[in-house]
Amino acid sequence: MAKIIVVTSGKGGVGKTTSSAAIGTGIAMRGFKTVIIDFDIGLRNLDLIMGCERRVVYDFVNVINGEANLKQAMIKDKRIDTLFILPASQTRDKDALSKEGVERILNELAQEFDYIICDSPAGIESGAMMALYFADEAVVVTNPEVSSVRDSDRILGMLSSKSRRAEQGLPGIKEHLLLTRYNPERVIKGEMLSVEDVGEILAIKLLGVIPESQAVLNASNSGTPVILDEDSDAGQAYLDTVARLLGEEVPFRFLNVEKKGLLKRIFGG
Amino acid sequence: MSLLDYFRSTKKNTASTAKERLQIIVAHERNRRNSPDYLPQLERDILAVIRKYVDIADDQVSVSLEKSSDQLSVLELNVTFPDDKK
Ligand SMILES: Nc1ncnc2c1ncn2[C@@H]1O[C@H](COP(=O)(O)OP(=O)(O)O)[C@@H](O)[C@H]1O
Ligand SMILES: [Mg+2]
Repeated sequence: MAKIIVVTSGKGGVGKTTSSAAIGTGIAMRGFKTVIIDFDIGLRNLDLIMGCERRVVYDFVNVINGEANLKQAMIKDKRIDTLFILPASQTRDKDALSKEGVERILNELAQEFDYIICDSPAGIESGAMMALYFADEAVVVTNPEVSSVRDSDRILGMLSSKSRRAEQGLPGIKEHLLLTRYNPERVIKGEMLSVEDVGEILAIKLLGVIPESQAVLNASNSGTPVILDEDSDAGQAYLDTVARLLGEEVPFRFLNVEKKGLLKRIFGG
Repeated sequence: MSLLDYFRSTKKNTASTAKERLQIIVAHERNRRNSPDYLPQLERDILAVIRKYVDIADDQVSVSLEKSSDQLSVLELNVTFPDDKK
């Protein structure tokens, strides 16, 4: 039975797509058959982050409308053969996704895949609701910043009241906190909420902390999920995150300011 | 002012201000989420009734519904009266 994981946040630009790409790729690297679905209808972007934008022929909405089948619409990753991407449609019709349509596609995917990762759009409108409705687990992507934390709390409210699991009285969605764009230097200076602060306010289990990193921009420039840059801080932080998501216990890294050596201090690190 | 004083007097750090503000607003919004949809209207109605007798501001009335057990919820009504209008 496939596990459906939604990557969500409420607020835009916090790192949902970056995280969906990294986590989906990381799970697939472990040998699990994984598909990442872009739910951001009208603002397709997962394809760019995954580096498969030129290979999009059909999209999620085409499949829902019966204009193409899943085999035609899914893009097989060229690096990891257990990884697939289902791109979002560029239609301007925000209501192109129906609950019945989404459910039908998810059921079909569940026959074949171990993990289904849903990259949610921002907001709390129908697109975001559709992405989280069928989830078994949720990765709540949050930046250490007031509006992001507040929006995450609103999404937590939706997960526990507006989801299929809530409506059918099933056990609730398993919620994970993923803190991204973390800058330990600014935390120490008292300029940024700490991981403890955010954890205390949202009161859900911490899944990972991804540092603010140049590697993320480099990765998106080249269309490679950052988790494949295994030498980078963000890449390693996502590897740890995936391990925890799969139930392993991994100590947290990149929470403290790295002591710079003399050479690094002179030449920049 | 010496340099040392300057560093000591740097304003209260903004992260702790952010944390305090978030704790308050998040608690408030969670409370709202878990209460029935009619509560804001109930609050406005109560405000209107009280205003027939005393002139009070919008934020002087607060209504909350606290679930104290499976069978029992308590409607809590808080009205602050200005001193000179008792
Ligand atoms: N850990 C990080 N360090 C630096 N930049 C990041 C990090 N995570 C995300 N970003 C940048 O933030 C922007 C928004 O990320 P994205 O994943 O598209 O967010 P969302 O899908 O939530 O809108 C992108 O420009 C991305 O490169
Ligand atoms: Mg996105």
